[in-house]
Amino acid sequence: MDRIPILKMGDFLLVTIQVDMYDRLALNLENDLIQMVNKHEAKGVLIDISAVSIVDSFMGRIIGNIATMSKILDAETVVVGMQPAVAITLVELGLPLSGVHTALNVEKGMQLLQDRINSSDFHIDDAEADWDDDDDQLE
Amino acid sequence: MSKSSTSAILNSRKNDLLQNWIDNQVEDPSLREDLMTNDEMRSQSEELLDAFLEGIKSDNFEDISRQEFNTINDILSGISLSRAHSGFTPRETSIYVLSLKKAIIRILQEELKDAPDQLVNEIIKVTTLLDSLSIVTFETYIKGREEVILRQTSEINEISTPVIRVWEGVLALPIIGTLDSERTQIVMESLLQEIVDTGSTIAILDISGVPAVDTLVAQHLIKTVNATRLMGAECIISGIKPEIAQTIVHLGINLEGVQTKATLASALKHAFTKLNLVVGKRKNY
Repeated sequence: MDRIPILKMGDFLLVTIQVDMYDRLALNLENDLIQMVNKHEAKGVLIDISAVSIVDSFMGRIIGNIATMSKILDAETVVVGMQPAVAITLVELGLPLSGVHTALNVEKGMQLLQDRINSSDFHIDDAEADWDDDDDQLE
Repeated sequence: MSKSSTSAILNSRKNDLLQNWIDNQVEDPSLREDLMTNDEMRSQSEELLDAFLEGIKSDNFEDISRQEFNTINDILSGISLSRAHSGFTPRETSIYVLSLKKAIIRILQEELKDAPDQLVNEIIKVTTLLDSLSIVTFETYIKGREEVILRQTSEINEISTPVIRVWEGVLALPIIGTLDSERTQIVMESLLQEIVDTGSTIAILDISGVPAVDTLVAQHLIKTVNATRLMGAECIISGIKPEIAQTIVHLGINLEGVQTKATLASALKHAFTKLNLVVGKRKNY
């Protein structure tokens, strides 16, 4: 049974997908990741898909699912390094992955997660790539 | 009357016929001496006339798809294509074949003036044939023009989507002309590729040069914005004219979640704010 390794880095979980995904693998990842988030009380999940060149609607949905589930467990998800072809495919499939944060590379993604958990209160607006810290702090 | 004498008559008076035809072309006020010399025209006409006379030897005036007309069809197509490419008008191109009809009829009149019935019959035959030939001319002419248009379209598509680096981490892409699916694809691909190459986090789509935005164009824009977001960059649409804003509202297009700015300048300002950059006047102390 193939597994994609999930690395823990401080408050974050780091997943680097280096093979083209197939359905079984994606479902396993979803399971493992959500278990890990729960176990380590992770504040953020970073998924690096820079090596993924082919994506289908199922894969897109899994990424969306992971983000939603993490959100429920109070962790932010950021997807980094998406290839242009993959982005175009997802858009054409009508999967804009609203609710998932995106960044150009791992470095920027980490920065983004850091910024988000540093601001004590944040919310994700649908289909908005707005990673400004909100100023309305809850005292 | 067993066999048409047209073929025989025309063959015997070939030189008169050619001269007649060339005179007809020269007389026509629409002759383009700037595009074609008279010598060129003469040799072209002679070649065509030979093929024509060869074609009617079989006494077939009806069906130009038959083998004996292959040569003349090829020659005519070649002539029309070259004329379409070199900028002759449709009128000038069709006059070329139609003036041959006039020349043939004149020769037949001279030869058959004692047999009016036969003359009418022959003229009807010749007219039918030449009409078919002029349709061939016209079809190829249009085809040639369409090729030109297609080539230009693809050229325009290739040159009209430059991605500009306006600042460290900021790209701008001015879109000129209408957006269709094909162009959107090109725009999207070149923009996303440039984002990867430069590691830019902000892309500005400037639509000042887009004359009208309908639901389809808006959809294409939204697609581009979403794809950019998936890559981990932000996409701002700028250069929205008041009438375009009006259209968007009237059509009920939902641009929620898309950052829009009126001018490229304000989009750039927004980008600077995002990147925590301050641009200001230097104070002279």
